[in-house]
Parts: sequence; C-alpha cells; structure tokens
Amino acid sequence: MRETTTPGKQESRDGAQAVGVSLGGLPYRPAHSAETAPVVLRLDKVGVSYGNVPAVNDVSMDIYKNRITALIGPSGCGKSSILRCLNRMNDLIHSARVTGSVYLDGVDINSDAVDPVQVRRHVGMVFQKPNPFPMSVRENVAFGPKRQGTSGRGPLNDIVEKALRSAALWDEVADKMAQSGTALSGGQQQRLCIARVLAVRPEIILMDEPCSALDPVATLKIEDLMRELARDYTIVIVTHNMQQAARVSDYTAFMLASEHGVNGQLIEYGATNEIFTNPKDKRTEDYITGRFG
Amino acid sequence: MTRTAFERQLLAVQEDMLVMAGMVETAIERGVEALKTRNVNLAQQIIEDDLKINRKRYETEDKCLELIATQQPLASDLRTIVSVLHITVDLERMGDHAEGIAKIALMLADEPPLKPYIDIPRMAQVGIEMLMGSLEAFKDRDPARARAICDQDDEVDALYEQVYRELLTFMINDPRTIQRATYLIWTAHNLERIADRVTNICERVIYLVEGHIEELNVSKY
Repeated sequence: MRETTTPGKQESRDGAQAVGVSLGGLPYRPAHSAETAPVVLRLDKVGVSYGNVPAVNDVSMDIYKNRITALIGPSGCGKSSILRCLNRMNDLIHSARVTGSVYLDGVDINSDAVDPVQVRRHVGMVFQKPNPFPMSVRENVAFGPKRQGTSGRGPLNDIVEKALRSAALWDEVADKMAQSGTALSGGQQQRLCIARVLAVRPEIILMDEPCSALDPVATLKIEDLMRELARDYTIVIVTHNMQQAARVSDYTAFMLASEHGVNGQLIEYGATNEIFTNPKDKRTEDYITGRFG
Repeated sequence: MTRTAFERQLLAVQEDMLVMAGMVETAIERGVEALKTRNVNLAQQIIEDDLKINRKRYETEDKCLELIATQQPLASDLRTIVSVLHITVDLERMGDHAEGIAKIALMLADEPPLKPYIDIPRMAQVGIEMLMGSLEAFKDRDPARARAICDQDDEVDALYEQVYRELLTFMINDPRTIQRATYLIWTAHNLERIADRVTNICERVIYLVEGHIEELNVSKY
C-alpha cells in the first residue's frame, strides 16, 4: 500500500484496468482480515496500576509494521498508560506497576534483562507539547546520535539533514541551524522533536497527542508527515481528535474506563475504516457518534 | 455528550425522504389512473408534480451534504445519511418512470382502449406495496422485512412477462394495434423498473442496519 503509482498502469484492486489515464490515486487501506504486514509489537494481557488503583487491565493487541495505529477513548481510559508501556516510560513513574507482556520483535521488553534505554532507542516518543532542548536546531537533532557515539561534523551533519528532511522541516530551517530550537513556531518545534526521534533511527514512533497544542494548518502538516513516515516506521498515536484518528490511522483501538481513571479496557480494535463506518460494539458506536455518556 | 440538534437534523433528512416517497407513490397511482380513465388533466398534473419530486431530491441532498460537512457523522449516522442520499436518487428515478406513464397516458388519451387494464394496475399496486413496505423497513431498521419485500419483485416480473406476451399476441393478430400495444409495453416496463428500484432501497436498509452491501434478488430484466 501507499506506493507511488505509475501513471497509465493503474489497476483497481479487483484487477480491472481503469479507463483512460491513471489519476495517481492511492489504494484504499486494507481490511484487517487482509493484513499482510508482520506484527512488530504484541501486547499480551497488559495492565497498569498506579498504587493500588488499576488504571487499565488486560489489553491484548497486535501492532503491525509500517502501519499507523491510533488509540482513542475518553480521558482517563488508560490509552496514554498503554502507550507508555510500549517503551517502558512507566518505569519513570514510581507508583506505576505494569503487568503482562509487550513483545517487540518477539522479545518481552518488560523482562529484567532488557535495558529500558535500548528499548527507547528502538521505540521513540513524541509528546503532546513540543519540547525542544534549549539549544540550536542542529544540536537538538544531533543530540541522540552523539550520545550513541556518532562523532565528526560530516557524519553528524548528514544525520541531521536526513532527519530534518524526513520530518519535512529541512526547507524551513536549513538557514537557521544555529538558531535556538525554542525560537521556532509551535508546528516547527513539534517537527523538530519528530526529527530528533528520527535521528536515532527507531523502528517505532509513539505519539501522545502530538497535535493538541498546534493550529489546524500545523496539525495537517504533521498528519501528512505521519503518512509519509509510515513508509519507513511503525507509528502508534494517542489522540482525542477522532477525526484525526480517522484521517491518519490504519488501525484504531477504542478504550473505555469503568469510571474516570479506573479499570480501563480495550473495547474494540480493528481497521480504521471498519471502526468508523461499522463498529461492532455499541459502546464504540456511542463514543464515535458523540452519544457517549 | 449528546447531540440533540444533530439528531433532529438527522431525523429531518429522513422525514424529507419519506415525504418524497409519498409524492412518488401518488405519482405512480395517478399515472395508472390517468391511463385507465384517459384523463389528460391528471396526466399533465403528474408531469408538473415531477418537478417538485426532483426539487425535493436536491433539497434533501443539500441537507445531507451540509450534515456531512459540518457534523462529521460516523458509523450508523454516516450510514443513515449515505442511505438517504442513495434512496432519494432511486425515488427520483421512480418519479421519472411515473412521469413516463403519464406521458403515455397523454399519447393514448385519444385512442380507443386496446383492452381492459388488469395486469398493469396490478403491477402498480404491487410496486406501491413494495415501496411503502421498504420505507417501513427503513423506519423500523428491519432487514428481515427488506429481504422479504425483494421477493415480491418476482411477482412484478411475472406480470410484466404476462403483459408483454399478451400485447405481442395483439400485435401479431392485428398490426393496427402495434402503436398502442407498444405504448402499453413501455408502461409495463416503467412499472417493472419501479419495483426493481424498490429492491435498491431494500439493499440500503440492510446496509444501514448491518453495515454491508448485499445484492438482493437480481431482476430478470
């Protein structure tokens, strides 16, 4: 999917030759049952509790390679808790306790033998509020590779340029490399944070409400960028904006808590086009049609 | 987080569709009546009223587009709006078929009747029953009823075949009847198409409730 089509050779999905010249349309996203991409992350009965309060229970789902998976649900349903399980960010919260297993390429990342820093190198994260370091644009992006041992102006410049190009920011900052990252606009800062994640070449990018602090134009730019990035990366995004989930994701998981912040559950998980046109669970239907509560 | 205003707008487009269906029902009924009674005024009235049916379709379409553009409907709300859009197109075409019958009534008004009309009014009656039943199935979100209504299309197809053969016999026996018989075959064909369009409405009822398109009872014609 999402490959550039050759003009004139466009075939529809049932193999019929389109009339006339190809318009360069993209194929529609596949149904869940027709998925051929490998599973890159497998959640097996994952739960998170804070102190004695179970925030989210028993979440099992497969995340597919080069697909965008959206987690949606009302506040307090546990979607951010689950997202943080995918790169052991819950380790940083003292009261948090994670149960179950998260397999990254077959390895349980919760096992004691696994170094959380290594996990985070493979699974990067973009946060709600753009958080560039108080240093130059170049240094922001070069920070990770330097920590990983890359040195020398030449190699670092190459990495920085490549990451900024992938984050669709290069054209806007090529002549501002020495300027502070915090001086950029909100949308540019968020793309800088994405470039910073890309510079360490992760497999998976987690995004926690990446557009909630951005205006509509900057939001659409990030969404477009996500579709581009999905060619090379697997993306998991938490969003409150259902239209955003519908626009960008291939898969959608709907979560719901019994009361605010307690006993969150995965209610329904499936191909985005199916979830948004014909959800199977009434609670999903009520939430996405705005009749929840 | 309820959406009272949106829900009322969503009900309004469905009501518009039902009003339109009522207009189409009247047009079919009157078309056959005008043919039977050779009533020129009634036939002209149907032709004028078809413009109102067409306008109602575009009015409903506008409201549906506005809802899609402003309310971002999803799931069953989205399926409801898409179904209304499709059904109003079918209804508009059914109105055109009724108008076609009215035009034939005008052409036949000065001619002596070829035969007493029995099967053609019966076709209209079954078609109207199917139409009204399909819209009740829509209102009640009743896919079983929608499937059952489609089976009635076979009766209309059988009547059409009967009318066709009978009129063919007239034409063979007396070539002077060819013009009148041809007009009547067109009339029966219009009614056959109407019943066939009802099966499209039934397919939309199933889509609305079950979320998938199912092709029902493919017509012989």
